[in-house]
Amino acid sequence: MKPAICLEGVSKKYDQIVALRDASFTVSKGEVFGIVGPSGAGKSTILRIVDLLEAPTEGKLLIDGQYVVANSVRAEAVRRKIGMVLQKPVVLNRSVANNLGYSLMIRGWNEDRIAEVVDAELRRLGLNGRRKTNARNLSGGEMQRLCFARAAIHDPSILLLDEFAANLDPTNVALLENQVQEFIRKDPNRTVVIVTHNMFQAKRMCTRIALIWDGEIVEIADRKKFFESPDDARTAAFVGGESIY
Amino acid sequence: MISTGSELLDVTLLSLYVSGMATILGSAIGIPLGALIGLKEFGGKGAVKTLTYTLYGFPPVLSGLVVYYVFSRAGPLGDLGILFTPTAMIIAETFLVIPLVTGITITSVVEVDRSIKDTVKALGASSSQSIVTVMREAWVGLVMACMIGFGRVIAEVGAAYLVGGNIDGETRVLTTAIMLETRMGHFEWAMSLGIVLLSVALMVFLFLRLLQEREML
Repeated sequence: MKPAICLEGVSKKYDQIVALRDASFTVSKGEVFGIVGPSGAGKSTILRIVDLLEAPTEGKLLIDGQYVVANSVRAEAVRRKIGMVLQKPVVLNRSVANNLGYSLMIRGWNEDRIAEVVDAELRRLGLNGRRKTNARNLSGGEMQRLCFARAAIHDPSILLLDEFAANLDPTNVALLENQVQEFIRKDPNRTVVIVTHNMFQAKRMCTRIALIWDGEIVEIADRKKFFESPDDARTAAFVGGESIY
Repeated sequence: MISTGSELLDVTLLSLYVSGMATILGSAIGIPLGALIGLKEFGGKGAVKTLTYTLYGFPPVLSGLVVYYVFSRAGPLGDLGILFTPTAMIIAETFLVIPLVTGITITSVVEVDRSIKDTVKALGASSSQSIVTVMREAWVGLVMACMIGFGRVIAEVGAAYLVGGNIDGETRVLTTAIMLETRMGHFEWAMSLGIVLLSVALMVFLFLRLLQEREML
């Protein structure tokens, strides 16, 4: 499979704090890649760099085999092929339907086509009856499912999920994971990167997993090896639920 | 002196027209300007913000003086012949609205949560689409900016008097009429005009409040 995302020696500093140190890895098209690690390890920083929301202090990023720099003119075009869902569901102060249609509206779709796609998506989400409700009045689970659908509605080739099911009840977690599985099933070339604390979720969903600790990639391995026979003692400890500090 | 209901109506309508147009023009300039200053990074941004906030205290009479000079016969735009017309009053008052609307817009867009700004960008919005979306999220603050801008000009007298001249039937507005009535010793009538002025402001603010509380759909 061709590479969808490639980081080459990427580091990120915020003032004097090193959030990410010399990270290099490749995620192939069609892969569901997990990034796990303790809080503050640098997981979200990787996603923000891949989504071109932040520029690395050092190193380079390739998306679909091409170098791309955050804040460049091309970055906007590249970002349009990527969808991202944040841990905290963030909805715009407008209706559920308009939130869903926002991603399509900014891509210049015509109103009839937007209405058609949004209608279908609302029915699938079970939110058709609340289409005119201000999205801020939804429950946490509904809001997060809406955020996922909004990020995926334009068929991005890369989907970045940052703790996308944290703080949700098991039913909503299952619903969201189903949405992700459905997204992947639609096109085997789609790439998903999941940042999670939840080892069970990583095991359920990811084909390959990286452990990041203190800004450094400790180990990257296939799911089976990562959970059953990791090379690094810190991976074994983290997977086993032990403290690695 | 205002002696008939029809004269009072004319003065009230002219007040609304001049203040309303100044608010619309000042907001049309101040809102995009404030959004750009608030959301874009550039050198000297702090100084520009400080200057904007300083201009909150821009004296109406000074704005009137500048407009008077520019449109007076000896001024660079004297040939236009708009001194002592409602147009000159609108221009002078627009300069009073711009800093207020710009400054409040800066504060309003800056205070939109960073997660909203990141989300909009992450969803694929271009730079200009991001600014428009953030402005929409700051809707309550932007309407407040217009309200404060309108409040400043409906109540000001210095600029309106200087460039309007308080000409009966042409440039007399409620504030200049109040001043005239007071000078003539008609205190009760001046007070009544003050109540009319407050009532007009109340109606406009009620309308803007409704606009502000409108559910975003």
